[in-house]
Amino acid sequence: MRVKDGGVSGVSEQELSEALREFRTSVCAWSEAEYAKPRLLEHALSNFKASVFAWSDAEYAKPRTAVLTVRHRSWRLAAGWALGCVLVAGSVSGGVYERHHRQELAKIAAMREAERQRLAAEQRVREEDEFLAMVDKEVSQEAPSAMEPLAQLMADDEAE
Amino acid sequence: MMAAGTAVEPKARATAKKSAGGAPETEAQEFLAVVTAHRAQIFRFLLASTRDVDLAETLTQDCFLKAHRHWGSFRGESSAVTWLMRIAINLQKDHWRNRRMQFWRRTQTNAVDLDEASEWLPSGERSVEQQMLAREQVGRVWKAVERLSERQRTVFLLRYVEEQELSEIAQATGLHEGTVKAHLSRALAKVRAEVGGRR
Repeated sequence: MRVKDGGVSGVSEQELSEALREFRTSVCAWSEAEYAKPRLLEHALSNFKASVFAWSDAEYAKPRTAVLTVRHRSWRLAAGWALGCVLVAGSVSGGVYERHHRQELAKIAAMREAERQRLAAEQRVREEDEFLAMVDKEVSQEAPSAMEPLAQLMADDEAE
Repeated sequence: MMAAGTAVEPKARATAKKSAGGAPETEAQEFLAVVTAHRAQIFRFLLASTRDVDLAETLTQDCFLKAHRHWGSFRGESSAVTWLMRIAINLQKDHWRNRRMQFWRRTQTNAVDLDEASEWLPSGERSVEQQMLAREQVGRVWKAVERLSERQRTVFLLRYVEEQELSEIAQATGLHEGTVKAHLSRALAKVRAEVGGRR
């Protein structure tokens, strides 16, 4: 661009001043917006603080009742106790049943052992009896060879 | 509202303890004065932290109960409100830790949603437009605060709602002042990004 008599070639002085005015306005608006940004944050923080204070003050001033909470807690407490009682009763009765069951098993085992011992004793007695009977039988059948002639003589004398 | 830095001076406490005869009574009176002065402030901090009125009320009561139990061991090294804030912050931490552990319990909370929290504005002489703008701004800040980590939120609320000094925040949170600054800077950057302020 060439400046001629205070103007720019091809652009009238009026257009130039118009463009400069626009430019100035735009820069001013941009600058103001940038300048306002930290203030925007300050305002937001200030409003936030005021809001928290207002909310807190309103809630703090309200009267409170704890009925619902207490009921809720007592219900939970009762449920907890009931569950605890059930668990304790269950574990105690389970323990008692287990003990009783073990005692029964031990009793049955003792009875079976006694029966087994009784049968074994009977078996032993039977075996001894059979053995003695067998011994008696074998002893009664056997004749001593040294006495055999005398026995025959006695038999002949008696015949005569 | 009450002054954030209302303190029971160590010397005054020592004198009160040594006074013959009515020492327990003096202690009780001191504690009552502290409760009266700071209860609303502790409640406000817990309400802003949790957005749950019932929980804030419960934690406030727990805070003062704990403070009452340990009032004898309070040496006055920090202001009473800083000491109380520290108790409140620890109670809040314990609460959330317990909630995480008790995952089988109902996860329902009474926390109000952001829109409802943003509705609260002081009844000043503002035009409707200004009120709407303020409400929108408050909503945006709440939205940013919700996204902050627990520690960032605590630091942010202590600084910009309770207007505590960095040293007081460091004492209340048990962090170094540098760490507090770092958390505060990150928190503020997130809030700024949400609100639209300049970096």
